[in-house]
Amino acid sequence: MGNTPLAFDEMMNADQGPRQPYENYHDWYEGQDRARLIAKSRDAENLFRKTGITFAVYGHEDSSEKLIPFDIIPRIISGREWRRLAQGIEQRVIALNAFLDDIYHKQEIIKAGRIPRELIERNEAFLPQMIGFKPPGGVYTHIVGTDIVRTGEDQFYVLEDNARTPSGVSYMLENRETMMQMFPELFHINKVRPVEDYPKLLRQSLASLAPPGCSGKPRVAVLTPGIFNSAYYEHAFLADMMGVELVEGSDLRVVDGKVKMRTTRGYEAIDVLYRRVDDDFLDPLTFRPDSALGIPGIMDVYRAGNITIANAPGTGISDDKAIYSYMPEIVEFYTGRKAMLENVPTWRCSEEDSLKYVLEHLEELVVKEVHGSGGYGMLVGPTASKKECAAFAEKLKARPANYIAQPTLSLSTVPILVNKGIAPRHVDLRPYVLVSDKVQIIPGGLTRVALKEGSLVVNSSQGGGTKDTWVLED
Amino acid sequence: MLGRTANGLYWMFRYIERGENIARLIDAGLRMALTRSGSSDEDWDGVLQSAGVREDFDAVHGKLTSADAIDYLLRDRSNPSSVMSCIESARNNARMVRTALTRETWEATNECWINFKDMLAKRVRPAEMPEVIDGIKRCTGLIRGAFHGTMLRDDIYNFSRIGTFIERADNTARILDVKYYVLLPAIAKVGSSLDNMQWESILRSVSAHRSYSWVYDGDYSSTNISDFLILNDRMPRSLAYSYDKIVSNLGYLAKLYGDNHAAHETASATLMLLRSRTIDDIMEQGLHEFIEEFIVHNNRLGEEISEGYRFYR
Repeated sequence: MGNTPLAFDEMMNADQGPRQPYENYHDWYEGQDRARLIAKSRDAENLFRKTGITFAVYGHEDSSEKLIPFDIIPRIISGREWRRLAQGIEQRVIALNAFLDDIYHKQEIIKAGRIPRELIERNEAFLPQMIGFKPPGGVYTHIVGTDIVRTGEDQFYVLEDNARTPSGVSYMLENRETMMQMFPELFHINKVRPVEDYPKLLRQSLASLAPPGCSGKPRVAVLTPGIFNSAYYEHAFLADMMGVELVEGSDLRVVDGKVKMRTTRGYEAIDVLYRRVDDDFLDPLTFRPDSALGIPGIMDVYRAGNITIANAPGTGISDDKAIYSYMPEIVEFYTGRKAMLENVPTWRCSEEDSLKYVLEHLEELVVKEVHGSGGYGMLVGPTASKKECAAFAEKLKARPANYIAQPTLSLSTVPILVNKGIAPRHVDLRPYVLVSDKVQIIPGGLTRVALKEGSLVVNSSQGGGTKDTWVLED
Repeated sequence: MLGRTANGLYWMFRYIERGENIARLIDAGLRMALTRSGSSDEDWDGVLQSAGVREDFDAVHGKLTSADAIDYLLRDRSNPSSVMSCIESARNNARMVRTALTRETWEATNECWINFKDMLAKRVRPAEMPEVIDGIKRCTGLIRGAFHGTMLRDDIYNFSRIGTFIERADNTARILDVKYYVLLPAIAKVGSSLDNMQWESILRSVSAHRSYSWVYDGDYSSTNISDFLILNDRMPRSLAYSYDKIVSNLGYLAKLYGDNHAAHETASATLMLLRSRTIDDIMEQGLHEFIEEFIVHNNRLGEEISEGYRFYR
């Protein structure tokens, strides 16, 4: 694959000098002993292992707990670049909430003919149970993680809007913690905007959206599927940092019209539930009857205004990959302005012309399942073999509506530390957004990096790593 | 606090205690094999009995050999009381109650698991045994140290302590019961002059061979040893000491929550019994009967605690 040398590098200019945001870092780096950096890198890994910052990879029996590799070279974003991103993200998140409110109420966007009705109503992520119901404060997506990629000095694209239960924020926090412990001097020579008040802001944001039935100080809890879930570490971490209970479905039950948790002194009510359990599993009485992870009857309590569920059930319809291709229309429809952040051009394989184009250009495209996530079930045309492409074409023809396709973007690179020094690797960025009566965007986020040379797949389940992400104060 | 969290803390500390005790039992067994000419597999029969896994062992292994017994006690995952199983269960419980633990306590527990997962991945060669046993004691010591040094003295602490001492009382009672049986024929035969090695092995399995000498002037007798392990309230592994701790921790919970449960009554009654009896009373009643009854009461207390504090649904 030949596009690596052509990719935009965020640290180094074509003339081999550092780009402006990296100037101080680059100076510092030049004065470092490589052996020491490699040793530090190993220290970081031990630190992560000891702390138990692990994730589970499904389907790997003996590797049930893995570390996400951490690279010690930060990804640095200038204040100017960030302001532009933040404005675009805010616009997009506001549009997402307006869209959700609309499709569960008047459905004006459908009536205006901007989105096909069947795309919404035949979508599994659309929950008829939410029709006509307004969640507390009118907020659907309390926590959003917007995936952004960069291809040039001024070219950013939104790759995905994670509006259900975006994960990875614990890595944002732990990566920063680790960097501050290992290289305190770097934080003297760079003014890096802090990310560590995220848990506090999250708690405040959640508490401010307590349901109408809550009297007194709102009680917040994090709902986890349990210790065998791939993101369990993060669930425990967030509950711990916020100072709230970490509950499982079996701890909760509906008593007297409230969701209550079983404590050592009896049942106590919860007002706001930050759930890290999918919609399907939330309430066996309403959704999947075989779910052991949920709370029977919680949807009734929700509709009666006695609990806030974050994010609201049914938000998945807004980050569905089939809906994604309509985001420019959605943003314009609800904000009255053109989207500040661009979408990646997307072919909907459900449309005959698009399907034809996609099949003819499979070797240049990335094809994704509409409902997939985590990098599973996708085809990266340029790196796939002829045989893989042919096999994928068959799947595509069998269920075209199940796929979308996008051009292979030449993602920007940031160097990682390797044995011989530094080497560029492709990255993406997931900033985290909190929505209450205001939209708060944490200056930073999770930078995922493809550790394999030339690879464009940054997902941790596919061998990606992470970097600390700095937004500079300037 | 969630009932499930209380349950997780209670079991986390029961498993840490159990893992450490099993390691000590193995240590005592090895020691006996070393110091006696022609070590016999019978010694391991007693060790397996003390660990409460004699029958389960038979279900897995046909014949009793010392190598198999050690392996079963140390690292067999089909044995829920093997050291490896205990460390893993303790760590799983710790993960579940992660938000209730200080970072230090969690990390000590997690590191213990990381170390022994590798160290016990395959059979341990006899030459490596001392290092492994030492390592286990050091690891559990670190967990205990981190726990005592950093945890708030609140209900989290109380449930953890209660788990520790219910397990400890159970373990000490079992060791005494089994060993006493092993020793009994010898007592009958030769009166009070006994195989010193046997006595020493009991004391070693509760890490008390030195302290015993300080208290009883090095005079080994069944009465003194029973007194030490049952009634001596300065001996940190005795039944009396364990119950003193259980009662005081339950007392803190009652004060904090403002209510009493059946568990409070049961624990206090047992402590009163241990304080009011003399060792001669107990020997007269029959040591075996006394211990059997104690273990039943101890188990019931565990159930009453889990019910009173809503460990389960």
